Amino acid sequence: MMTAIDHSILTLILLAPLAGAILIALIPDRAKLPNWIALLTSLVTFLFTLHLPVHFISGQPGFQFETNIPWIEKPAIFYHVGVDGLSLWLVVLTGLLAPIGIIASWNAIQTRRKIFYSLFLVQQTAMFGVFISLDLMVYYGFWELSLVPMAILIAMYGRKEGPKAALKFFLFTFIPSAPLLVAILWLYARTNPHTFNFSDLQYQTASGILPAGALFWAALAFLFAFAVKVPVFPLYGWLADTYNEAPVALAMVVAGKLGLYSMLRFHVGLFPAQARTIAPLLIALAVIGILYGACLALVQRDFWRLLAYAALSHLSLIVLAIYGLTFTGWSGAVYQILSHGVVDGALFLLLGALELRYSTSLIDSYGGLAAKVPRAATYFVIATLAMIGLPILSGFIGEFLILSTTFAAVSRGWAVAGALGVILGAAYMLSLVQRLFYGPESAMATSKPATDLRFGELAVLTPLVVLMLVMGVAPSIWFNAIQTGVHPPPPAAAPRADTTPRAVILIDRSAAQGVEGPVVALSSASARDSAHLQPAPEAQR
Amino acid sequence: MNPVPDIYRILPEVILTLTGVAIMLIDASLPPAWPRRSLGWVAAIGTTLALWASVGQLGLPEGTGFFATVETSAFTIFFHVLICGIVLVAILLALDTLPEDSHHQGEFYALISFGAVGMCLLTGAVELLVVFIALEISSISTYILAGYRKHTGRSPEAAIKYFLLGSFATAFLLYGIALAFGATGTTQIYEIARILPTAQNHTFVLAALGMMLVGILFKVSAVPFHVWTPDVYEGAPTPVVALLSTAPKVAAFALLLRVVYEIFPALHSVWSPLLWIVAVLSMTVGNLAALRQQNVKRMLAYSAIAHAGYLLAAFAGNSETGIAAASFYAAAYAAMNVGIFAVITLVAGYDEHLSLIDDFRGVIYRAPLLGSLLIFFLISLIGIPFTGGFFGKFYSFTAAVDNGAIALAIIGLLNSGLAAAYYLRLALVAAQRPLPDKPVPPKPEVGIAVRVALFLAVAATLILGIIPGATLDAAQTAAHTLQVPPSQPAPTVVAPVQSPQ
Repeated sequence: MMTAIDHSILTLILLAPLAGAILIALIPDRAKLPNWIALLTSLVTFLFTLHLPVHFISGQPGFQFETNIPWIEKPAIFYHVGVDGLSLWLVVLTGLLAPIGIIASWNAIQTRRKIFYSLFLVQQTAMFGVFISLDLMVYYGFWELSLVPMAILIAMYGRKEGPKAALKFFLFTFIPSAPLLVAILWLYARTNPHTFNFSDLQYQTASGILPAGALFWAALAFLFAFAVKVPVFPLYGWLADTYNEAPVALAMVVAGKLGLYSMLRFHVGLFPAQARTIAPLLIALAVIGILYGACLALVQRDFWRLLAYAALSHLSLIVLAIYGLTFTGWSGAVYQILSHGVVDGALFLLLGALELRYSTSLIDSYGGLAAKVPRAATYFVIATLAMIGLPILSGFIGEFLILSTTFAAVSRGWAVAGALGVILGAAYMLSLVQRLFYGPESAMATSKPATDLRFGELAVLTPLVVLMLVMGVAPSIWFNAIQTGVHPPPPAAAPRADTTPRAVILIDRSAAQGVEGPVVALSSASARDSAHLQPAPEAQR
Repeated sequence: MNPVPDIYRILPEVILTLTGVAIMLIDASLPPAWPRRSLGWVAAIGTTLALWASVGQLGLPEGTGFFATVETSAFTIFFHVLICGIVLVAILLALDTLPEDSHHQGEFYALISFGAVGMCLLTGAVELLVVFIALEISSISTYILAGYRKHTGRSPEAAIKYFLLGSFATAFLLYGIALAFGATGTTQIYEIARILPTAQNHTFVLAALGMMLVGILFKVSAVPFHVWTPDVYEGAPTPVVALLSTAPKVAAFALLLRVVYEIFPALHSVWSPLLWIVAVLSMTVGNLAALRQQNVKRMLAYSAIAHAGYLLAAFAGNSETGIAAASFYAAAYAAMNVGIFAVITLVAGYDEHLSLIDDFRGVIYRAPLLGSLLIFFLISLIGIPFTGGFFGKFYSFTAAVDNGAIALAIIGLLNSGLAAAYYLRLALVAAQRPLPDKPVPPKPEVGIAVRVALFLAVAATLILGIIPGATLDAAQTAAHTLQVPPSQPAPTVVAPVQSPQ
């Protein structure tokens, strides 16, 4: 049941922030006018994104809300956008985090508001673009575009070493995209008919027309670009500086999502065979990343750096899930991306609020704040518990799915190592809570009077905390769509189906639709052949 | 079935010449005390008319005129429009940035007009002697313009360097022409192309190709013929650099396309590897040197060298896509480069009180519009999507990849990563908070003419980046006409064609 709006809703989502950005650039910089316009734009955009889950047809594989119109004739680039279960909630999450980020910067950003909010909204457009583009060139365009506002804003509003961090961030992510572009162009030149269309390319890479050796290198180029963006160990060089310098709003909006989504869609989804070849390496790197990030986080003295290495650890866990190459693992990965976005966002907001009050990010200066800012302490504890995966909070579901499928389908050793990272995660996060909020009151906490969280801050934190709870107790709301995106393969195309043991999963079975097992392709490859749309026969109840 | 009057074939050049002459006459007859600024408007109007005339030439059937010495085709019109557009922006820029009291303003605008004549003629000429004359007209004008700021030491130095090295290079081109004549007995390009495959003396032909390449590659400032570029850009007045770094280069690239694809297509196996090497060298040397620069204009000079390399990468493509990609790149490069030099002229001032990268700190706080535009053009130069710079690189490297030159594309794209470092350095310095203890330079004034100039540059960069289709079509038609010369290139007979009226 597609209405007229369904075809243009994604374009609206894409253009609304851009229109807001242009409007802000044109109006005079008067008082808080740019803030209000930005907030309004982002709220409207968020409402638009909510249209997607409401009208999304669960259980229907392939892309929905599609628009596919020619943009450039030669080379054949199409403005082709659409969402499936994989990207659906990521779009909504991006929509949700934008107004929250704007409210978070309400008082933090005092100079050149026009430029800040315009670029912030351009960043949002770029992120939506990455999530919904189904034409590789359009995707690449948004992928590159997403770097620019981020780099400029880090330089403009960085804490101390803004331009240096911005340059590092930009080069780290821009240089790997050079091989990515060559690989995309090579795919275009070698496919017949020439195409940048995701589904067509997916079909062609699977069909064996392209030479396997070159395909391996193309896949590697894709992977490299994404791995830097995630980041995967040992490509994390930009991460800590960026977290340290970036304005809070941007860091929380950008963290992790783009790279992980791209890995799922454009590496594993586009090059399933190559992904399987390289999966052992990625799994090893992911486990190293989990442990290494956790160990680094344990010894940080600055809470932004701690959060950065904690992110390295958590994002590596998601990489582990992606390259476990199991259906359940992927669902867990997507869920964990969502959960991480919400939890990390809340932590960013809280730490940003602390820094605004005490103007330092050194953990040792804090201590005993719980009595002074009780609300902040409560919210922080909840977010921390969600981060370390306490049951009934959002982090648990994803972590459990990921670790259990790794245990069952990949290797027990890796799963144990990954679980060790989770334990370390509890260690550094809880010690952070202890050092910030409990223990003896520090000299700074005594000398500087500070107010507790204000209404505006509560207004953005409360929805996030509620969301953590809801995501923890009713995951099926999200899994319905996610599992539509992450498909079981046609039985014939699953070479490992008989040899791999299956994970036992405790989530709502009706939501999971009883599909399970190792997978080789994401949604549209199977959408191509409607005979394979049914759940795999070996699915267990 | 009337033949097209020959004059229509060179209408834009005629208009520009008349404009230049008119400016000189008015200049000479005005009392010395009167301001000369309005002469700039005359030049701007003349250029606009020439632009309009070039577009009007689309109505003419393709063909040659004046005894097969000049040609109008989609190819020539594409480059005429491009060059007239650049010159128009440069004139508008000069109108608002040349100080009121500067000397010889009339000559300044007249020289720009004459330079434009040379460049336009260069793209339209199909007779090597006319090519040479056109090149001289454009070069001599630009030599003088480079030395326009006489009171500083650097400007005349730049002019002398440019003149000496430029003459040297033109001599190479002339030798090439002479050798081509020696090998074939003619200087008409289509005739040469027809005779060359059967030419007796292969050494002559190779030497002709080599000499001509040297001459042209000097003009496009490709490595290893690039050493003049940074000095000239640094010394010449910035509005002149906006012109110098774009229009003559675009014209020279048009000539290069004509020479390699129309005169020497048979020697593809010779010039293709040569240009491959020059492309790689230009990108790499240009970018590496730019990384080390502190002076903004020198940095952009090296960046221009690197961009010549990216453009040359298109020559690795098979002929038609290669020509189209090169033409498109020339347009994109011109749009963003003229734009960034316009912004730099405004920010740094005509007297260049800001010349180092660190001087640009906080531009976005001081002058938000100019600061944003500076960053915008830098982003385009980096090659971020949705700007002209991206599609320029994209088509150039697509042409290379299509033809199997994957190594070249990878080197080129890695180079653009390298280049991002220094472009971004400037962009980020501009975005940084100004130092509190530094004296604040005066906020630049942005007059109406320069607003129009900036608008044109921004619009062109955006259009090339978001809806490149139309320009690409034009470039492809241009490529096609260059590939397929007029069917009857008989030197004295103009093909019977219909008049536009």
